[in-house]
Amino acid sequence: MNRRMLELNNVEVIYDDVILVLKGLSLQVEEGQIVALLGSNGAGKSTTLKAVSGLLVPEDGEVTDGSIEFLGQMIHNQEPSRIVRKGIFQVMEGRRIFEHLNVEENLRAGAYTTPHRQQISEKLALVYEYFPRLAERKQQVAGFLSGGEQQMLAIGRALMATPKLMLLDEPSLGLAPLLVQEIFQIIERINQEQGTSILLVEQNARVALRIAKHAYIMENGRIVMDGTPEELSDNADVREFYLGFTERGQRKSYRDVKHYKRRKRWLS
Amino acid sequence: MSPNDLRLFIQFTMTGISEGALLALIALGLVLIYKSTDVLNFAHGEFMLLGAFITWDLMVNYQLPVLLALPLAGAIMILVAIAVERLMLRPLIGKPVISIIMVTIGMSSVIHAIVGAIWGPKRQVLPQLFPEILEGPGLRIFVEGVRRPAQMSYERIYWVLVAIVLVLLFVLFFRRSRQGIAMRATADDQQAAMSMGISIQRIFAITWSVAALTAGVSGLMVADFDTVSTSINEVVLRAFPVIILGGLDSIAGAIIGGMIIALTEQYVSGFIDPSLKNVVPYLVLLLVLMARPYGLFGEKIIERV
Repeated sequence: MNRRMLELNNVEVIYDDVILVLKGLSLQVEEGQIVALLGSNGAGKSTTLKAVSGLLVPEDGEVTDGSIEFLGQMIHNQEPSRIVRKGIFQVMEGRRIFEHLNVEENLRAGAYTTPHRQQISEKLALVYEYFPRLAERKQQVAGFLSGGEQQMLAIGRALMATPKLMLLDEPSLGLAPLLVQEIFQIIERINQEQGTSILLVEQNARVALRIAKHAYIMENGRIVMDGTPEELSDNADVREFYLGFTERGQRKSYRDVKHYKRRKRWLS
Repeated sequence: MSPNDLRLFIQFTMTGISEGALLALIALGLVLIYKSTDVLNFAHGEFMLLGAFITWDLMVNYQLPVLLALPLAGAIMILVAIAVERLMLRPLIGKPVISIIMVTIGMSSVIHAIVGAIWGPKRQVLPQLFPEILEGPGLRIFVEGVRRPAQMSYERIYWVLVAIVLVLLFVLFFRRSRQGIAMRATADDQQAAMSMGISIQRIFAITWSVAALTAGVSGLMVADFDTVSTSINEVVLRAFPVIILGGLDSIAGAIIGGMIIALTEQYVSGFIDPSLKNVVPYLVLLLVLMARPYGLFGEKIIERV
């Protein structure tokens, strides 16, 4: 049985002292697993990741109830700089690369918590092996990279820190389908070859379910369902609302939508 | 051009270069803080004042040798910067930048008053800082047909060298070192920098310390060119057009802007009219800004379409 890496228990997050975003959320990531967290806009997926990585604080958010445990230690409401040192690294939504730094400087910034020069150059070589396109653009200012390259840079930057757990927030955002394929393959390779556990937030449920071992579905600040990708893909609600099929397994036509709007069963 | 005009031209150029080195060094301190915190530090001149008075005090009243007084003064400057950062700026993290700028304005009058209270308004002469390896009045350049040479004192030459070394160190620091890259990353995107494990507070403390150090050195430079006095801080007013000309966030801009402004000042006041000295830098500034609104080397906002 795998060791438990990350465990969120009944986590409640409040922004600005008034806005309740997570309402008692629980989930687990086991060592070496890829876990997907799916859900629509505003469900609280990004907030969940930020609660883990500590990045809630600059946004005036706070974990007010429940606990977040990483390898047996409580980490909620700690400074992000301490959490990164413990081995959790978040790749934020929208890539957030340092636009005025060149590619290599971006990667070196990712290795901020790694003081050894030797280790940094080994990691650089590793990142360039996963992303040969970044190697060609080492000296280029990162702001001028294409969207796909920026996403690669964002993931490469995370690799530089040698995290035990990587939190990926919508790596498919704004990318062409082929690029999404490519990036998800690399995520899978990183998981297998480096043994990095991954908590993946996605709106693109289809690609996420393809690489995940376990998935959670989130709505309105709570987990409403979880299971293996197979179990979820067989569920009628998931098929309809996240994968876009009707019960008969065909793509839905617009006429059906207009005619009859199915209620989600877990809401009643 | 008559031989005498040529001599004057050489003279003004030499003075301009040493003044330019001074302005560049001051501008560097301002750029540093602006780059990593988006704050224009109006108390920079008062940090200069502190640096000059502390060094003078250590050398004259405590009779310390130069090699002891300078590092000690540097350490005190760092302590002051860290105290300022902890007590006045840290509580303001996340507040609008304008409030922090207002705090620096308040800080400038407070420090100025403290310096005045401790050391008084009297002008003091700074003891010699550099060793006298070369004898004589300095570098002299003779022009044929004119008896008086254009000259530059060894003191000024030393200071130009100091400024060059400091600037090179800066560039290396920002390009190569872990903290330097982290500082630039923080300037680019604070939250993303935090997600790398960079502690913003620590970066701000380092930024203010380094800026206070350069301010101290430039204060010393002014004091050495002139005297130790409570009006040293006014030189900063000449550095503001420099940073706007060069681009608020550019080191190269600070250096080249410093040279342009100082040389213009020298030529205009020497060849045309000394009273124009303070006006012309701003005219140059206006002309440059009309063509390049980010300044000569300012960071453009990168937008992919």
